[in-house]
Amino acid sequence: MEIQVKSADRNLLLELSGELDHHGAQAALRELEEALDAALPRKLVLDLSGLTFMDSSGIAVILRARQKMQLLEGSLLVRGAPPQARRVLDAAGINRLVAIKGG
Amino acid sequence: MRTKAVNEVTLAFPSRSRNEGFARSAAAGFAAQMDPTLNELEDIKTAVSEAVTNAIVHGYPEDIGPVILKIRVLEGNVLELTIKDHGRGIPDVDKARQPMFTTGGEERSGMGFTIMESFMDKVTVRSAVNKGTTVVLRKRLAPRVKK
Repeated sequence: MEIQVKSADRNLLLELSGELDHHGAQAALRELEEALDAALPRKLVLDLSGLTFMDSSGIAVILRARQKMQLLEGSLLVRGAPPQARRVLDAAGINRLVAIKGG
Repeated sequence: MRTKAVNEVTLAFPSRSRNEGFARSAAAGFAAQMDPTLNELEDIKTAVSEAVTNAIVHGYPEDIGPVILKIRVLEGNVLELTIKDHGRGIPDVDKARQPMFTTGGEERSGMGFTIMESFMDKVTVRSAVNKGTTVVLRKRLAPRVKK
């Protein structure tokens, strides 16, 4: 599980790669919080295109990001989920809560 | 109901989170003999990951204990995965299976059982407080045309 952080002009982009399971989510949550606290973004994009696996732990990360962005009165976009991650998102009905773009 | 197994393997490992990836790979590796599609393999890995994570997080919240993964190939191209722990148990299984319900930490979403049910044909949960939990997942794989 790796996260690349790109921040410019209060736009924060997090590119997640590798396996986002419960083991990986613990580190991902820490990095998410640190990046958000440093950037205080108006817009957060989570790019999942580098993920080789995701389970419901990924949903926990997305829901935490949503909660933090609500506190910051900013927006959240999840993009680039590979097919397996996309099916996990769909099974959980997460598109009712968060904007999801692309496959 | 006991169904005859064509082949089976049993693995035991401590409830450390780094073993979640091992359990997924082991299940996918054993299922490979059924000539699954890529989608079916992903479904199997996802459901196993959820069940093993539940055993690790909820079975043994404060200590490390054994998790047993039994994988059986049944007649009729059915894969059966049994994930068992001897941990704390679930007081109310019906409640635990409801979407968004979780007693886990912030790294849990409460969607584990929902995803298992969505990706498998059948999910059975047996649990007794302070004795442990057994989750049985079954999935019938699409028959492949023999070459």
